[in-house]
Amino acid sequence: MKTQLHFTFFVLLIVLAGVLVAPVLAQGQPPTDDDVNAVARQLYCPVCENTPLDVCPTQACAQWRDLIRSMLAEGKNEAEIKQYFVDNYGARVLNEPPREGLNWLVYIVPPLVILVGAVILVRTLRTWKKPQVVPQVESPRAEAPVDDYVARLEEEVRKKN
Amino acid sequence: MTAATEEPPIRRGVPLWVQIIIWIGLLGLLVLVGITLNKREQGTVQPGDVIPDFTLPLFSGYEYAGQSGIKLSDLSGRVVVLNFWASWCKPCEQEAAELQEAWKYYEPTGQVVFLGADYVDTEPEARVYLQKYGITFPNGPDMGTRISQLFRIQGVPETYFIDKTGVLRYVQVGPFSSLEQIQAQIDLLLSE
Amino acid sequence: MFAEFGYGVLVVTFVLALYSVGASIYGYFNKSAALIESARRSMLLTFPLLTLAAGVLIALLVRGDFQVQFVYEVTSKSMPTYLKVTAWWGGQSGSLLFWSWLMSAFASAVMLRKWNRDQEFLPWVIVVTGVTVAFFLLLNILFENPFARLFQTIDGNIAAYTFAPANSTPLVPADGRGLNPLLRHPGMVIHPPMLYLGFVSFIIPFAFAIAALVTGRTDDRWIRVTRRWTLWAWLFLSFGLVLGGRWAYDVLGWGGYWGWDPVEIAAFMPWLTGTAFLHSVMIQEKRGMLKQWNMVLIILTYALVIFGTFLTRSGVLSSVHAFAQSAIGPSFFVFIGVTFVVSIGLLIYRWADLRAEAEMKSMLSREALFLLNNLLFMSVLVVCFWGVIFPLISELFTGQKVTVGPPFYERANSPLFAGLMLLMAIAPLSAWGHSTVKTLGRAIWKPAIAALVITAITFFTYTRNWIALIGFFLVALTVLVTLYEFWRGARARQHLQDENFFTALARLTGRNRRRYGGYVIHISMMLMAIGILGIELFQSQTQGTLQVNESLELQGYKLVYKDIASWDDGNANVNHTRAVMEVYKNDQWLAELHPRTDYYFDSQQNMTLPGVRSTLGDDVYIILVDWEPASAIGATFKIYVNPLVNWLWIGSLAFLFGVIIAAWPDKDPEREMVRAGQRSRQNSAAD
Repeated sequence: MKTQLHFTFFVLLIVLAGVLVAPVLAQGQPPTDDDVNAVARQLYCPVCENTPLDVCPTQACAQWRDLIRSMLAEGKNEAEIKQYFVDNYGARVLNEPPREGLNWLVYIVPPLVILVGAVILVRTLRTWKKPQVVPQVESPRAEAPVDDYVARLEEEVRKKN
Repeated sequence: MTAATEEPPIRRGVPLWVQIIIWIGLLGLLVLVGITLNKREQGTVQPGDVIPDFTLPLFSGYEYAGQSGIKLSDLSGRVVVLNFWASWCKPCEQEAAELQEAWKYYEPTGQVVFLGADYVDTEPEARVYLQKYGITFPNGPDMGTRISQLFRIQGVPETYFIDKTGVLRYVQVGPFSSLEQIQAQIDLLLSE
Repeated sequence: MFAEFGYGVLVVTFVLALYSVGASIYGYFNKSAALIESARRSMLLTFPLLTLAAGVLIALLVRGDFQVQFVYEVTSKSMPTYLKVTAWWGGQSGSLLFWSWLMSAFASAVMLRKWNRDQEFLPWVIVVTGVTVAFFLLLNILFENPFARLFQTIDGNIAAYTFAPANSTPLVPADGRGLNPLLRHPGMVIHPPMLYLGFVSFIIPFAFAIAALVTGRTDDRWIRVTRRWTLWAWLFLSFGLVLGGRWAYDVLGWGGYWGWDPVEIAAFMPWLTGTAFLHSVMIQEKRGMLKQWNMVLIILTYALVIFGTFLTRSGVLSSVHAFAQSAIGPSFFVFIGVTFVVSIGLLIYRWADLRAEAEMKSMLSREALFLLNNLLFMSVLVVCFWGVIFPLISELFTGQKVTVGPPFYERANSPLFAGLMLLMAIAPLSAWGHSTVKTLGRAIWKPAIAALVITAITFFTYTRNWIALIGFFLVALTVLVTLYEFWRGARARQHLQDENFFTALARLTGRNRRRYGGYVIHISMMLMAIGILGIELFQSQTQGTLQVNESLELQGYKLVYKDIASWDDGNANVNHTRAVMEVYKNDQWLAELHPRTDYYFDSQQNMTLPGVRSTLGDDVYIILVDWEPASAIGATFKIYVNPLVNWLWIGSLAFLFGVIIAAWPDKDPEREMVRAGQRSRQNSAAD
């Protein structure tokens, strides 16, 4: 019994050590350009206008991408890197306004306005829709499509002349 | 054409409350755009403006009076020379040596403080730049570009001369051409 | 002397435009046909005069007269002649003149039409076009003079002046700065003119709308007159947008075609309302409804055009597209303020007169679906407008600058565009006046099943991405429904007229150009949608630094770096760095690509040109990111694989085809009646 317990404990220890060591081992691999670009793509160049950081060709942008590379190498994740950029360079380096304070308006106003527009549309349509008996005969389009369609076509052409 | 109707259609104009909303909306838009346009046209802060207080955090090794951050209000009574620069800014390099020389000249008097605000830069590269030009005056990053926005800088390098009472007296856009140019401005402010 | 002459022509034209405005107003209120005719003629004169001024500027550009500041800024000795000509719109002052020239072209063309039936519109069309032309000329005359020349004054200051200041010497630089390298591309030749054509031509429908409001002639006349103008304006604008995307893809080197940049959006917004207008105007013609709404749409379209131009040129928006800070901001602001206030004021004033009997029998009738279409377009407009305006609001109220970027727009607009695609599939099957779920259901179930089958095939062979699958389903459904409409109509004709299928198809389209042209446009939009879905959802990229003969792999492609060379092209003052990459798939050689960077010495700027291999299935797109000649590090490449992107360009060609069909003049029934009347009079006179 006791041996089993010791053994289990020993295995757990090994596993735990492995889990702790693994990230360090993974860190041994330097971040690839793709890793850097994956983060840089979500940021905008702090200096140039409206240029995403992964495509910006200036020397300053190259420096920032190197900064991302070194932060990735330190083991920082994407959110931490983005937060660092915001702290240093302001919220405009993010490709979307951070969801706080006044910025909530960005996300809330369009759906609200669209909803209002939809309501106006529905109410206008209802006002226009005169209460009327729906004709029993459904439009015979589908049943005799060709003849009826031709008739309508010719009628339209006649109307145009 | 529309079919003839039994009664004439009700001719109503736009309801008053809708009109009010429309005009207020339009006015709001115009005011917003107008103010923004005005801001863009304004350019930098101009001589004569009082500079609001700000805090510049400092790189370690570039402290002032042992503090790792410096407030403008702490410096009242002294002439402040605030220089915006960046390591990726080529024209900044043209004036770096002159600025350091001027600092060396005025530092002993204790009456003038040179501040370097590093604009949108990375610390390792900033340190390389500072070491390259042997710069020793207090330097720190303009976090979140708050200070540069305060001064509405149009680019780097720009240098702002603030007198002993906290009023901006001179703006240098672009690099200085000579040490004398810097000294002339400071001497003027010191003599007051 | 020559430059001063050009400036003088601008001033004369400005005075002439003002005269037309004054004479029109005076002539209208004093009922003087002679004055109005005089106003019309002077408006007509603006175009030849501005052509003269433009000719002077182009001559200065081509000759390389670098004392003229604009010539100095946008040309250089090493530029080829055709680029020097296109440099006309390569800077703020020249492009303002280009804008005025185009506007006067349209204004003059409209002056030349037969006005017999629309006498009351004429003075107000002259007023609107005249005020606008005069305003843009004023910007050139007072703030951004393309003919200003460089002088050095006694105290050593160098600046540009309209007339030589006292005690100054002309300064003639040896060479110009040269056009921004990004603009030295065939795309630059055609994208701005096309876009400006689109923007500027919307002033004609707007002028007629204002004329209708002022004169109280709020019936359909103004729409019938301007229908073709609006269609062509919309075509030019659409094409300008597509060409901008193509140019970005070819030259800017970020593997994409649309960045949701505020200036791009400023050009996109009038397109949205313009498209909504094209549809809802059909409701007015068929059912007499929506007169108020159509007025709103055309005024909104024009307002967005000038608002967008203002944002781009005044420096309010910061963007790679925007012009540098300019003094024209304040007066432009006043101009748009006045335009908005007057337009809205007139609209409110005449609102009641525009009201018409409106009757909607069914929520699924074509009118209802068109209204839904309008709601969706306006929703996209709201999203775009808010995204452009919000950074300004944030800066004003919190002092904090924020960026509203692609994630916001894509997330908000995708469902709206999907809704529009669904409408494109349903609306052709719906009838004017009446449709029910049953009738629509019967009409649509066959194409729907076929579309589902296609989607299922896509699911098993191509992708599991559910957004893409929905998108492809909608594309398939719309294309099938639209093709079905063609087929059905042609078959009907075939039966009736006893023609073969293709003749029937051609005649069907010919006799009903607007509808079938519209269907071709819908199909072309679906082709473009295929391209957009492909590149947006499935684009993959990778970047790496390679030594010679090393390779990068992406999506089954293997790209081997073979060679690189760097040389100066002395003539053009350019340094080319060109890499050679070989593309393999499954060990089979596919192509040799040459990504390169061009460094322009005069403007000290780089241009990255990708090497691209295009097929219907995808593009392999390579950019040379970095290479240091002296270092041993190797060259850095960025590779994109853009699936299906070429369908975007194929679709835009189909789009052109569709608009030509839709806009091709039908025999105007009214003119036919007149001609028939004339013929019968001639016949009787000959008796």
